[in-house]
Amino acid sequence: MIFKLIEIAVILGLLIPIAAMLVWVERRMIGIWQDRKGPNRVGPFGVLQSLADLLKILGKDEFTPKFADTFTFIAAPIIAAATVLMSFVVVPFSDTIGISDLNIGVLFFLAMTSLAVYGVVLAGWASKNKYALLGSMRAAAQTISYEVFMGLSVMGVVLLSGSFNLRDIVIAQQDGWFIGSQFIGFIVFLVAGIAESHRLPFDLPEAETELTAGFHTEYSGLKFALFFLGEYLGVTLISAMSVTLFFGGYLAPAFLPADIGQMIPAMVWFIGKVFVLIMFFILLRTSLPRPRFDQLLEFGWKVMLPLALFNLLLTAVLKLTGVIGGISGGGGMGGISG
Amino acid sequence: MTIEIPFYLAAGIAIIASIRVVTGANAIHALLYLVVSLLAVAVCFYFMGAPFAAGLEVIVYAGAILVLFVFAVMMFDLQGDKDPEHYYGDSNSGNNSSGSSHNSWFSRWFGPVLLASVLLIEVIYVIINSSNSEQSTSTIVSAKQVGILLYGPYLLAVEIASFLLLAGLIAGYHFAKGQDLPGRNL
Repeated sequence: MIFKLIEIAVILGLLIPIAAMLVWVERRMIGIWQDRKGPNRVGPFGVLQSLADLLKILGKDEFTPKFADTFTFIAAPIIAAATVLMSFVVVPFSDTIGISDLNIGVLFFLAMTSLAVYGVVLAGWASKNKYALLGSMRAAAQTISYEVFMGLSVMGVVLLSGSFNLRDIVIAQQDGWFIGSQFIGFIVFLVAGIAESHRLPFDLPEAETELTAGFHTEYSGLKFALFFLGEYLGVTLISAMSVTLFFGGYLAPAFLPADIGQMIPAMVWFIGKVFVLIMFFILLRTSLPRPRFDQLLEFGWKVMLPLALFNLLLTAVLKLTGVIGGISGGGGMGGISG
Repeated sequence: MTIEIPFYLAAGIAIIASIRVVTGANAIHALLYLVVSLLAVAVCFYFMGAPFAAGLEVIVYAGAILVLFVFAVMMFDLQGDKDPEHYYGDSNSGNNSSGSSHNSWFSRWFGPVLLASVLLIEVIYVIINSSNSEQSTSTIVSAKQVGILLYGPYLLAVEIASFLLLAGLIAGYHFAKGQDLPGRNL
């Protein structure tokens, strides 16, 4: 029990600074891709930029508008950051590290992402500000819509591995990552993940050209920092989940000879893969324009939903006919016919 | 600690929260208590050995349906219509009124937050202990068993429910479609 608590403390102590560092990584990478320098003044290559930003934010006045619903106003960013952090509970970081192997790991992750919307919605409502309210309404509509496909896209993986437990899912990928057979599922999951974490191009809840800053218009200081942290933790979480579900988690690639794969620790493989996906998220942000809100919802319901259903159907058919991953399905079949 | 204590704690929270849902006059207040109540029921499910049902309870009810409720209440601003001075502080009766509005936000949010944090502590307790053993009182009902039951003995019920939902979907589409106005091409 004490060991678990220490493990939780260490993981928390690493995740939060990593999420903060991402802010610098993102600005720096965008700078490079756009042929400019980006933040390079604080420390070597500007590494300490996040620290400087944090100090600046802490130095700011902790302002709560008079007309706001004070308690909710303060509770909302805490909900936003806490639900994302809770999701990390089920992520298997390596073969021995990971806070919990819940049997319903995938469902727990989906449950926490669906609860995360309360942070945004309550923030908009408590602010008593038109922009904030509009932003949070967009957030609610967007999250509820994209949650549906997110759940459906993961079901293909669950079908193949026969388990909701994330560690079992990783172990099931020993012979080949699920990205091979679940490519459509991965695309849908990624799109839904971007929408759930309100990142560009799906950052309509906080679209600055239309809604000043959307749901966090009235926020400043530490409370704003919590929303900011929540967003970057969200990016890390979606990347970590994609890696776990589709890219073999902490396993070395199957095409490498076993001894080379073993030389590098599991944790390093995991972090490396997550980092690549985070880079992809940042690249998406720099390169895609923002759609209109009705286009966003239409794209979700008319393209993503059928695609996710098609993927699920195809996977089920292939699994039942034994084309892919036919072995582990035997128990369930026996149960039905018996 | 045995399994009974956290179970009855969660069950107690569910009952208290449910009572607060129907006794409160404030819509958002009631909704948040309902969220807490559903989360507590999910925790109860988990302790009774049905983690799958618990997960679905949170995803479907607390995470989707109630978000829609909160969304609707926000959109129509039901509270604002009733007594605006509740929120915008108050000018007509000076100190007294602002004192009461201070009290009201406190009482409005204190309850749900307290109940939710007790639930959070329970979830953390579960997470910390989950690796030791699956220590629920009865056997654990896995997702596979639920599926086999749903598509075996309860197939008829599933089909009826799906028909009901389909009818609801069609009705919803009909109402939402409205008239075909010219120039409206969504």
